[in-house]
Amino acid sequence: MDKHEAKRSLTDIMARFTSYAGKRLPTDVLGRLAALRQGEESKLSRVVFDSMFENLAAADNLDRPCCQDTGVIQYFVKAGAGFPLLGELREVLTEAVRRATREAPLRHNAVETFVEKNTGDNTGLRVPWIDWEIVPGDAVEIEVYMAGGGCSLPGAAKVLMPSAGYEGVVQFVFDVVTSYGVNACPPLLVGVGVSTSVETAARLSKLALFRPIGSRNPDPRAAEMEKLLEDGLNEVGIGPQGLSGNCSVMGVHIENSARHPSTIGVGVSTGCWAHRRGSIRIAPDCASYEILSHKEAVL
Amino acid sequence: MKKVLSTPIKDEDIAAIRVGDVVYLDGYLVTCRDVGHRRLIELGRELPVDLAGLAIFHAGPIVAKDGDGWKMISIGPTTSMRMERFEEEFIERTGVKLIVGKGGMGPRTAAACRKHKALHAVFPGGCAVLAATEVEEIERVEWQDLGMPEALWVSRVKAFGPLIISIDTEGNNLFETNKAVFNAKKGPIIDRICQQVRFIK
Ligand code: SF4
Repeated sequence: MDKHEAKRSLTDIMARFTSYAGKRLPTDVLGRLAALRQGEESKLSRVVFDSMFENLAAADNLDRPCCQDTGVIQYFVKAGAGFPLLGELREVLTEAVRRATREAPLRHNAVETFVEKNTGDNTGLRVPWIDWEIVPGDAVEIEVYMAGGGCSLPGAAKVLMPSAGYEGVVQFVFDVVTSYGVNACPPLLVGVGVSTSVETAARLSKLALFRPIGSRNPDPRAAEMEKLLEDGLNEVGIGPQGLSGNCSVMGVHIENSARHPSTIGVGVSTGCWAHRRGSIRIAPDCASYEILSHKEAVL
Repeated sequence: MKKVLSTPIKDEDIAAIRVGDVVYLDGYLVTCRDVGHRRLIELGRELPVDLAGLAIFHAGPIVAKDGDGWKMISIGPTTSMRMERFEEEFIERTGVKLIVGKGGMGPRTAAACRKHKALHAVFPGGCAVLAATEVEEIERVEWQDLGMPEALWVSRVKAFGPLIISIDTEGNNLFETNKAVFNAKKGPIIDRICQQVRFIK
Protein backbone atom coordinates (compact mmCIF):
# COMPACT_ATOMS: atom_id res chain seq x y z
CA MET A 1 0.00 0.00 0.00
CA ASP A 2 1.46 3.41 -0.85
CA LYS A 3 1.22 6.32 1.55
CA HIS A 4 -1.83 7.77 -0.12
CA GLU A 5 -3.75 4.51 0.16
CA ALA A 6 -2.58 3.98 3.74
CA LYS A 7 -3.93 7.38 4.64
CA ARG A 8 -7.26 6.60 3.05
CA SER A 9 -7.51 3.29 4.85
CA LEU A 10 -6.64 4.85 8.21
CA THR A 11 -9.22 7.63 7.71
CA ASP A 12 -11.84 5.06 6.84
CA ILE A 13 -11.15 2.94 9.93
CA MET A 14 -11.22 5.98 12.24
CA ALA A 15 -14.39 7.44 10.71
CA ARG A 16 -16.23 4.17 11.16
CA PHE A 17 -14.83 3.60 14.63
CA THR A 18 -15.78 7.14 15.74
CA SER A 19 -19.39 6.56 14.58
CA TYR A 20 -19.42 3.19 16.26
CA ALA A 21 -18.23 4.58 19.61
CA GLY A 22 -21.06 7.13 19.58
CA LYS A 23 -23.68 4.41 19.32
CA ARG A 24 -22.52 1.59 21.56
CA LEU A 25 -21.01 1.61 25.02
CA PRO A 26 -17.78 -0.29 25.76
CA THR A 27 -17.99 -3.79 27.21
CA ASP A 28 -16.69 -2.86 30.68
CA VAL A 29 -19.21 0.00 31.03
CA LEU A 30 -22.11 -2.24 30.02
CA GLY A 31 -20.94 -4.86 32.53
CA ARG A 32 -20.75 -2.36 35.37
CA LEU A 33 -24.13 -0.81 34.54
CA ALA A 34 -25.72 -4.28 34.53
CA ALA A 35 -24.19 -5.02 37.94
CA LEU A 36 -25.36 -1.70 39.40
CA ARG A 37 -28.83 -2.29 38.00
CA GLN A 38 -28.97 -5.55 39.96
CA GLY A 39 -28.10 -3.70 43.16
CA GLU A 40 -30.97 -1.22 42.94
CA GLU A 41 -34.17 -1.80 44.89
CA SER A 42 -36.21 1.37 44.68
CA LYS A 43 -38.94 1.83 42.08
CA LEU A 44 -37.42 4.98 40.59
CA SER A 45 -33.90 3.54 40.22
CA ARG A 46 -35.38 0.58 38.42
CA VAL A 47 -37.47 2.73 36.10
CA VAL A 48 -34.36 4.70 35.14
CA PHE A 49 -32.14 1.65 34.63
CA ASP A 50 -34.85 -0.01 32.52
CA SER A 51 -35.00 3.09 30.31
CA MET A 52 -31.21 3.14 29.96
CA PHE A 53 -31.07 -0.44 28.71
CA GLU A 54 -34.12 -0.01 26.47
CA ASN A 55 -32.43 3.04 25.01
CA LEU A 56 -29.17 1.18 24.31
CA ALA A 57 -31.09 -1.59 22.56
CA ALA A 58 -33.01 0.95 20.46
CA ALA A 59 -29.80 2.80 19.55
CA ASP A 60 -28.20 -0.46 18.47
CA ASN A 61 -31.22 -1.58 16.41
CA LEU A 62 -31.81 1.76 14.73
CA ASP A 63 -28.07 2.44 14.41
CA ARG A 64 -28.30 5.87 16.04
CA PRO A 65 -26.13 7.70 18.59
CA CYS A 66 -27.28 6.47 22.02
CA CYS A 67 -27.37 10.00 23.48
CA GLN A 68 -28.17 13.11 21.44
CA ASP A 69 -25.17 14.96 22.90
CA THR A 70 -22.19 13.45 21.12
CA GLY A 71 -19.81 16.02 22.57
CA VAL A 72 -16.71 17.62 21.14
CA ILE A 73 -14.72 14.69 19.79
CA GLN A 74 -11.45 14.01 21.59
CA TYR A 75 -8.67 11.59 20.67
CA PHE A 76 -6.04 10.39 23.07
CA VAL A 77 -3.22 8.98 20.99
CA LYS A 78 -0.45 6.67 22.12
CA ALA A 79 1.71 6.73 19.04
CA GLY A 80 4.57 4.37 18.42
CA ALA A 81 7.59 6.47 17.41
CA GLY A 82 7.87 4.36 14.27
CA PHE A 83 4.24 4.61 13.16
CA PRO A 84 4.46 5.50 9.46
CA LEU A 85 1.67 8.14 9.38
CA LEU A 86 2.58 10.01 12.55
CA GLY A 87 2.81 13.34 10.72
CA GLU A 88 -0.50 12.80 8.92
CA LEU A 89 -2.49 11.72 11.95
CA ARG A 90 -4.06 15.10 12.75
CA GLU A 91 -5.30 15.51 9.22
CA VAL A 92 -6.59 11.92 9.22
CA LEU A 93 -8.49 12.31 12.50
CA THR A 94 -9.99 15.64 11.44
CA GLU A 95 -11.32 14.10 8.24
CA ALA A 96 -12.58 11.08 10.22
CA VAL A 97 -14.61 13.45 12.42
CA ARG A 98 -16.15 15.19 9.39
CA ARG A 99 -17.19 11.85 7.94
CA ALA A 100 -18.53 10.46 11.22
CA THR A 101 -20.53 13.67 11.72
CA ARG A 102 -22.30 13.12 8.39
CA GLU A 103 -22.63 9.37 8.57
CA ALA A 104 -23.51 8.65 12.22
CA PRO A 105 -24.93 11.44 12.29
CA LEU A 106 -23.35 13.28 15.22
CA ARG A 107 -24.74 16.52 16.64
CA HIS A 108 -22.93 19.68 15.55
CA ASN A 109 -21.06 20.61 18.68
CA ALA A 110 -18.05 22.69 17.68
CA VAL A 111 -18.58 26.41 18.25
CA GLU A 112 -15.66 28.64 17.30
CA THR A 113 -14.86 30.77 20.34
CA PHE A 114 -15.01 34.59 20.04
CA VAL A 115 -16.51 34.23 16.55
CA GLU A 116 -19.25 32.24 18.37
CA LYS A 117 -20.29 30.31 15.28
CA ASN A 118 -21.06 26.63 15.03
CA THR A 119 -18.81 25.17 12.34
CA GLY A 120 -21.40 22.51 11.50
CA ASP A 121 -18.94 19.64 11.07
CA ASN A 122 -17.50 19.14 14.55
CA THR A 123 -14.09 20.46 13.56
CA GLY A 124 -12.61 23.81 14.47
CA LEU A 125 -9.59 25.42 16.04
CA ARG A 126 -7.68 22.59 17.81
CA VAL A 127 -10.79 20.42 17.42
CA PRO A 128 -10.98 17.44 17.33
CA TRP A 129 -8.89 17.76 20.48
CA ILE A 130 -5.85 15.48 20.28
CA ASP A 131 -3.71 14.49 23.23
CA TRP A 132 -0.37 12.86 22.37
CA GLU A 133 1.91 10.41 23.99
CA ILE A 134 4.88 8.99 22.07
CA VAL A 135 5.84 5.43 22.99
CA PRO A 136 8.33 2.92 21.59
CA GLY A 137 7.08 0.70 18.76
CA ASP A 138 5.46 1.19 15.38
CA ALA A 139 1.72 0.71 16.03
CA VAL A 140 -0.72 3.37 17.25
CA GLU A 141 -3.34 3.12 19.96
CA ILE A 142 -6.17 5.66 19.85
CA GLU A 143 -8.88 6.38 22.39
CA VAL A 144 -11.88 8.23 21.02
CA TYR A 145 -14.01 9.97 23.62
CA MET A 146 -17.34 11.79 23.43
CA ALA A 147 -18.45 13.63 26.53
CA GLY A 148 -21.60 15.74 26.44
CA GLY A 149 -22.01 19.14 28.06
CA GLY A 150 -23.76 17.63 31.08
CA CYS A 151 -20.86 15.49 32.19
CA SER A 152 -18.18 18.01 31.17
CA LEU A 153 -19.65 20.72 33.40
CA PRO A 154 -18.63 19.30 36.81
CA GLY A 155 -14.94 19.17 35.80
CA ALA A 156 -12.71 21.10 38.21
CA ALA A 157 -9.09 21.39 39.30
CA LYS A 158 -7.40 23.14 42.16
CA VAL A 159 -3.99 23.39 43.77
CA LEU A 160 -3.98 22.59 47.47
CA MET A 161 -1.36 23.38 50.07
CA PRO A 162 0.40 20.29 51.38
CA SER A 163 -1.17 20.90 54.80
CA ALA A 164 -4.52 20.02 53.26
CA GLY A 165 -3.09 16.57 52.56
CA TYR A 166 -4.92 13.74 50.84
CA GLU A 167 -7.81 14.69 53.12
CA GLY A 168 -8.16 17.82 50.99
CA VAL A 169 -8.30 15.64 47.88
CA VAL A 170 -11.14 13.59 49.39
CA GLN A 171 -13.08 16.73 50.29
CA PHE A 172 -12.61 18.18 46.81
CA VAL A 173 -13.82 15.01 45.07
CA PHE A 174 -16.91 14.81 47.28
CA ASP A 175 -17.72 18.50 46.80
CA VAL A 176 -17.52 18.28 43.02
CA VAL A 177 -19.53 15.07 42.74
CA THR A 178 -22.27 15.94 45.22
CA SER A 179 -22.71 19.54 44.03
CA TYR A 180 -22.64 19.04 40.28
CA GLY A 181 -22.99 15.31 39.75
CA VAL A 182 -26.78 15.16 39.70
CA ASN A 183 -27.05 16.88 36.30
CA ALA A 184 -24.21 14.85 34.78
CA CYS A 185 -26.39 11.72 34.37
CA PRO A 186 -25.18 9.45 37.16
CA PRO A 187 -24.03 6.75 37.83
CA LEU A 188 -20.76 8.52 36.99
CA LEU A 189 -17.25 7.43 36.28
CA VAL A 190 -15.03 9.73 38.34
CA GLY A 191 -11.46 10.43 37.27
CA VAL A 192 -9.12 12.01 39.81
CA GLY A 193 -5.67 13.41 39.05
CA VAL A 194 -3.16 13.90 41.86
CA SER A 195 -0.17 15.94 40.77
CA THR A 196 1.46 19.39 41.02
CA SER A 197 -0.53 22.03 39.14
CA VAL A 198 -4.00 22.51 37.65
CA GLU A 199 -3.21 21.36 34.13
CA THR A 200 -1.19 18.28 35.08
CA ALA A 201 -3.85 17.17 37.57
CA ALA A 202 -6.68 17.90 35.14
CA ARG A 203 -5.03 15.95 32.32
CA LEU A 204 -4.43 12.96 34.57
CA SER A 205 -8.04 13.07 35.79
CA LYS A 206 -9.14 12.73 32.16
CA LEU A 207 -6.73 9.89 31.44
CA ALA A 208 -8.13 8.13 34.50
CA LEU A 209 -11.48 7.89 32.69
CA PHE A 210 -9.89 5.69 30.01
CA ARG A 211 -8.82 2.97 32.38
CA PRO A 212 -11.07 -0.08 32.18
CA ILE A 213 -13.69 -0.05 34.90
CA GLY A 214 -12.65 -2.36 37.70
CA SER A 215 -8.92 -1.78 37.19
CA ARG A 216 -6.93 -0.36 40.09
CA ASN A 217 -4.05 2.07 40.42
CA PRO A 218 -0.79 0.07 40.81
CA ASP A 219 0.10 1.93 44.02
CA PRO A 220 -1.56 0.17 46.94
CA ARG A 221 -2.41 3.42 48.77
CA ALA A 222 -3.86 5.01 45.65
CA ALA A 223 -5.82 1.82 44.98
CA GLU A 224 -7.13 1.89 48.54
CA MET A 225 -8.19 5.51 48.14
CA GLU A 226 -10.03 4.66 44.91
CA LYS A 227 -11.98 2.04 46.80
CA LEU A 228 -12.72 4.34 49.75
CA LEU A 229 -13.98 7.11 47.46
CA GLU A 230 -16.05 4.68 45.41
CA ASP A 231 -17.74 3.14 48.45
CA GLY A 232 -18.14 6.51 50.15
CA LEU A 233 -19.78 8.16 47.15
CA ASN A 234 -22.09 5.18 46.67
CA GLU A 235 -23.06 5.45 50.33
CA VAL A 236 -24.24 9.03 49.68
CA GLY A 237 -26.71 7.31 47.34
CA ILE A 238 -27.16 9.86 44.55
CA GLY A 239 -28.70 7.11 42.45
CA PRO A 240 -29.38 7.01 38.71
CA GLN A 241 -30.25 10.52 37.46
CA GLY A 242 -29.86 11.84 41.01
CA LEU A 243 -33.17 10.35 42.05
CA SER A 244 -31.42 8.58 44.95
CA GLY A 245 -30.57 4.89 45.05
CA ASN A 246 -27.82 2.51 46.04
CA CYS A 247 -25.21 3.76 43.59
CA SER A 248 -23.67 7.10 42.68
CA VAL A 249 -20.70 6.01 40.61
CA MET A 250 -19.57 3.30 38.22
CA GLY A 251 -16.12 3.72 39.68
CA VAL A 252 -13.40 6.11 40.86
CA HIS A 253 -10.01 6.02 39.12
CA ILE A 254 -6.96 7.93 40.32
CA GLU A 255 -3.98 8.73 38.09
CA ASN A 256 -0.97 10.34 39.70
CA SER A 257 2.49 11.79 39.14
CA ALA A 258 5.31 12.92 41.39
CA ARG A 259 4.57 16.41 42.75
CA HIS A 260 6.30 19.57 43.90
CA PRO A 261 6.87 19.41 47.68
CA SER A 262 4.89 22.65 48.18
CA THR A 263 1.72 21.77 46.27
CA ILE A 264 -0.88 19.08 45.70
CA GLY A 265 -2.67 19.56 42.42
CA VAL A 266 -6.03 17.82 42.25
CA GLY A 267 -8.27 17.45 39.24
CA VAL A 268 -11.67 15.82 38.82
CA SER A 269 -13.30 14.75 35.54
CA THR A 270 -16.64 13.01 35.33
CA GLY A 271 -18.02 10.66 32.73
CA CYS A 272 -21.77 10.02 32.53
CA TRP A 273 -23.44 6.62 32.41
CA ALA A 274 -23.34 6.90 28.61
CA HIS A 275 -19.55 6.79 28.78
CA ARG A 276 -18.71 6.69 25.10
CA ARG A 277 -15.10 5.66 25.01
CA GLY A 278 -13.56 3.56 22.25
CA SER A 279 -10.11 2.13 22.14
CA ILE A 280 -8.45 0.78 18.99
CA ARG A 281 -4.95 -0.42 18.12
CA ILE A 282 -3.89 0.02 14.51
CA ALA A 283 -0.95 -1.84 12.98
CA PRO A 284 1.76 -0.03 10.97
CA ASP A 285 0.16 -1.25 7.71
CA CYS A 286 -2.79 1.07 8.55
CA ALA A 287 -5.21 -1.65 7.47
CA SER A 288 -5.32 -4.21 10.26
CA TYR A 289 -6.63 -3.19 13.63
CA GLU A 290 -7.89 -4.53 16.91
CA ILE A 291 -10.75 -2.99 18.89
CA LEU A 292 -9.89 -3.16 22.57
CA SER A 293 -12.90 -1.51 24.19
CA HIS A 294 -15.86 -3.29 22.58
CA LYS A 295 -15.96 -7.06 22.54
CA GLU A 296 -17.02 -8.56 19.21
CA ALA A 297 -17.35 -5.15 17.58
CA VAL A 298 -17.82 -5.09 13.81
CA LEU A 299 -17.20 -1.81 12.03
CA MET B 1 -51.13 0.06 35.03
CA LYS B 2 -49.46 3.01 33.41
CA LYS B 3 -50.74 6.40 34.50
CA VAL B 4 -51.24 8.38 31.30
CA LEU B 5 -51.85 12.12 31.03
CA SER B 6 -53.44 13.50 27.87
CA THR B 7 -53.25 17.05 26.58
CA PRO B 8 -54.97 19.39 27.12
CA ILE B 9 -54.17 18.65 30.78
CA LYS B 10 -56.73 19.99 33.26
CA ASP B 11 -56.03 20.95 36.87
CA GLU B 12 -58.04 18.03 38.21
CA ASP B 13 -56.01 15.52 36.10
CA ILE B 14 -52.86 16.32 38.04
CA ALA B 15 -54.13 17.38 41.46
CA ALA B 16 -53.48 13.96 43.04
CA ILE B 17 -50.10 13.33 41.36
CA ARG B 18 -47.18 13.53 43.78
CA VAL B 19 -43.38 13.70 43.53
CA GLY B 20 -41.90 10.27 42.80
CA ASP B 21 -44.91 9.17 40.73
CA VAL B 22 -44.23 7.89 37.23
CA VAL B 23 -46.51 9.04 34.40
CA TYR B 24 -46.63 8.95 30.60
CA LEU B 25 -47.89 11.55 28.15
CA ASP B 26 -50.24 11.34 25.17
CA GLY B 27 -50.71 14.43 23.05
CA TYR B 28 -48.63 17.54 22.41
CA LEU B 29 -45.10 18.09 23.62
CA VAL B 30 -43.25 21.22 22.50
CA THR B 31 -39.50 21.70 22.84
CA CYS B 32 -38.60 24.97 24.52
CA ARG B 33 -35.28 25.78 26.13
CA ASP B 34 -32.93 28.70 26.81
CA VAL B 35 -33.68 31.17 24.02
CA GLY B 36 -37.38 30.25 23.75
CA HIS B 37 -37.79 31.23 27.39
CA ARG B 38 -35.69 34.35 27.02
CA ARG B 39 -37.69 35.57 24.02
CA LEU B 40 -41.00 35.36 25.88
CA ILE B 41 -39.89 36.68 29.25
CA GLU B 42 -37.03 39.10 28.57
CA LEU B 43 -37.67 40.20 25.02
CA GLY B 44 -41.45 40.24 25.40
CA ARG B 45 -42.18 38.31 22.21
CA GLU B 46 -45.38 36.30 21.75
CA LEU B 47 -44.79 32.55 21.69
CA PRO B 48 -45.92 31.19 18.31
CA VAL B 49 -47.49 28.15 20.02
CA ASP B 50 -50.40 28.29 22.50
CA LEU B 51 -49.10 26.19 25.38
CA ALA B 52 -52.20 26.30 27.61
CA GLY B 53 -52.76 22.78 28.94
CA LEU B 54 -49.77 21.39 27.01
CA ALA B 55 -46.33 20.09 27.91
CA ILE B 56 -42.88 21.53 27.15
CA PHE B 57 -39.61 19.65 26.92
CA HIS B 58 -36.26 21.20 27.85
CA ALA B 59 -34.45 19.53 24.97
CA GLY B 60 -32.51 20.15 21.78
CA PRO B 61 -33.22 17.31 19.36
CA ILE B 62 -31.52 15.87 16.29
CA VAL B 63 -34.17 15.90 13.53
CA ALA B 64 -33.92 14.82 9.91
CA LYS B 65 -35.83 16.01 6.84
CA ASP B 66 -38.40 13.42 5.83
CA GLY B 67 -40.09 14.35 2.55
CA ASP B 68 -42.05 17.52 3.28
CA GLY B 69 -41.88 16.94 7.00
CA TRP B 70 -39.44 16.08 9.73
CA LYS B 71 -38.44 12.94 11.55
CA MET B 72 -37.26 12.77 15.15
CA ILE B 73 -33.89 10.97 15.31
CA SER B 74 -32.81 11.65 18.85
CA ILE B 75 -34.27 13.82 21.62
CA GLY B 76 -33.08 13.86 25.19
CA PRO B 77 -33.57 16.23 28.10
CA THR B 78 -31.15 19.01 28.94
CA THR B 79 -30.52 20.47 32.41
CA SER B 80 -33.76 22.13 33.54
CA MET B 81 -32.06 24.35 36.12
CA ARG B 82 -30.83 26.62 33.31
CA MET B 83 -34.44 27.74 32.80
CA GLU B 84 -35.06 28.44 36.51
CA ARG B 85 -34.67 32.18 36.00
CA PHE B 86 -37.62 32.27 33.60
CA GLU B 87 -39.86 29.36 34.51
CA GLU B 88 -42.04 30.97 37.18
CA GLU B 89 -43.21 33.71 34.84
CA PHE B 90 -43.29 31.28 31.92
CA ILE B 91 -45.80 29.06 33.72
CA GLU B 92 -47.91 32.04 34.68
CA ARG B 93 -47.96 33.54 31.20
CA THR B 94 -48.44 30.37 29.11
CA GLY B 95 -50.61 28.11 31.26
CA VAL B 96 -48.28 25.19 30.50
CA LYS B 97 -49.13 22.21 32.72
CA LEU B 98 -46.16 19.87 32.41
CA ILE B 99 -42.48 20.73 32.17
CA VAL B 100 -40.13 17.89 31.26
CA GLY B 101 -36.36 18.03 31.64
CA LYS B 102 -33.36 16.70 33.49
CA GLY B 103 -32.41 17.26 37.13
CA GLY B 104 -34.51 19.40 39.41
CA MET B 105 -35.67 23.01 39.41
CA GLY B 106 -35.58 25.62 42.15
CA PRO B 107 -37.95 27.14 44.67
CA ARG B 108 -39.43 29.73 42.28
CA THR B 109 -40.57 27.07 39.84
CA ALA B 110 -41.91 24.99 42.74
CA ALA B 111 -43.91 28.00 43.95
CA ALA B 112 -45.32 28.56 40.47
CA CYS B 113 -46.27 24.87 40.15
CA ARG B 114 -48.22 25.23 43.37
CA LYS B 115 -49.89 28.49 42.50
CA HIS B 116 -50.79 27.72 38.88
CA LYS B 117 -51.13 23.91 39.20
CA ALA B 118 -48.34 22.53 37.06
CA LEU B 119 -45.77 19.69 37.26
CA HIS B 120 -42.07 19.30 36.58
CA ALA B 121 -40.93 15.82 35.55
CA VAL B 122 -37.67 14.12 34.66
CA PHE B 123 -37.18 12.05 31.54
CA PRO B 124 -34.12 9.79 32.10
CA GLY B 125 -31.07 11.64 30.72
CA GLY B 126 -29.14 10.11 27.85
CA CYS B 127 -32.14 8.03 26.72
CA ALA B 128 -32.57 10.01 23.53
CA VAL B 129 -33.35 7.21 21.10
CA LEU B 130 -36.01 5.80 23.42
CA ALA B 131 -37.62 9.24 23.56
CA ALA B 132 -37.45 9.63 19.77
CA THR B 133 -39.30 6.34 19.28
CA GLU B 134 -42.14 7.71 21.43
CA VAL B 135 -42.68 10.68 19.11
CA GLU B 136 -45.45 9.87 16.62
CA GLU B 137 -45.04 12.90 14.42
CA ILE B 138 -43.48 16.33 14.33
CA GLU B 139 -46.50 18.44 13.37
CA ARG B 140 -44.73 21.74 12.88
CA VAL B 141 -41.73 23.82 13.84
CA GLU B 142 -41.61 27.46 14.92
CA TRP B 143 -38.75 29.89 15.45
CA GLN B 144 -36.56 27.90 13.14
CA ASP B 145 -34.24 30.88 12.94
CA LEU B 146 -32.88 29.73 16.31
CA GLY B 147 -31.36 26.60 14.76
CA MET B 148 -32.18 22.95 15.29
CA PRO B 149 -31.60 22.67 19.05
CA GLU B 150 -33.44 25.87 20.07
CA ALA B 151 -36.39 25.89 17.66
CA LEU B 152 -39.86 25.00 19.00
CA TRP B 153 -40.63 21.50 17.70
CA VAL B 154 -44.32 20.73 18.12
CA SER B 155 -44.55 16.95 18.44
CA ARG B 156 -47.42 14.56 18.92
CA VAL B 157 -46.31 11.85 21.34
CA LYS B 158 -47.72 8.52 22.48
CA ALA B 159 -46.99 7.02 25.91
CA PHE B 160 -44.06 9.40 26.21
CA GLY B 161 -42.06 8.54 29.30
CA PRO B 162 -41.20 7.42 31.86
CA LEU B 163 -41.78 10.87 33.36
CA ILE B 164 -40.73 10.97 36.99
CA ILE B 165 -42.50 13.75 38.84
CA SER B 166 -39.98 16.00 40.59
CA ILE B 167 -42.25 18.95 41.48
CA ASP B 168 -45.98 18.47 42.14
CA THR B 169 -48.95 20.83 42.36
CA GLU B 170 -48.40 21.29 46.10
CA GLY B 171 -44.91 22.58 45.42
CA ASN B 172 -43.11 19.52 46.81
CA ASN B 173 -39.64 19.30 45.31
CA LEU B 174 -38.00 15.86 45.05
CA PHE B 175 -34.50 17.07 44.15
CA GLU B 176 -34.43 19.66 46.95
CA THR B 177 -35.37 16.93 49.43
CA ASN B 178 -32.72 14.60 47.98
CA LYS B 179 -30.08 17.33 48.11
CA ALA B 180 -30.65 17.81 51.82
CA VAL B 181 -30.33 14.05 52.39
CA PHE B 182 -27.10 13.82 50.36
CA ASN B 183 -25.57 16.77 52.20
CA ALA B 184 -26.46 15.35 55.60
CA LYS B 185 -24.91 11.97 54.74
CA LYS B 186 -21.78 13.37 53.17
CA GLY B 187 -20.02 14.93 56.20
CA PRO B 188 -19.57 11.82 58.32
CA ILE B 189 -18.49 9.75 55.32
CA ILE B 190 -15.79 12.28 54.41
CA ASP B 191 -14.56 12.35 58.02
CA ARG B 192 -14.29 8.57 58.08
CA ILE B 193 -12.36 8.40 54.80
CA CYS B 194 -10.03 11.23 55.87
CA GLN B 195 -8.92 9.14 58.85
CA GLN B 196 -7.65 6.56 56.39
CA VAL B 197 -5.73 8.74 53.94
CA ARG B 198 -3.22 10.45 56.22
CA PHE B 199 -0.34 9.55 53.92
CA ILE B 200 1.67 12.69 54.71
CA LYS B 201 3.34 12.06 58.00
S1 SF4 C 1 -24.53 13.78 30.62
FE1 SF4 C 1 -24.09 12.11 29.15
S2 SF4 C 1 -25.94 10.88 29.04
FE2 SF4 C 1 -26.48 12.81 30.01
S3 SF4 C 1 -27.23 14.07 28.33
FE3 SF4 C 1 -25.07 14.55 28.58
S4 SF4 C 1 -23.93 13.17 27.21
FE4 SF4 C 1 -26.04 12.38 27.40
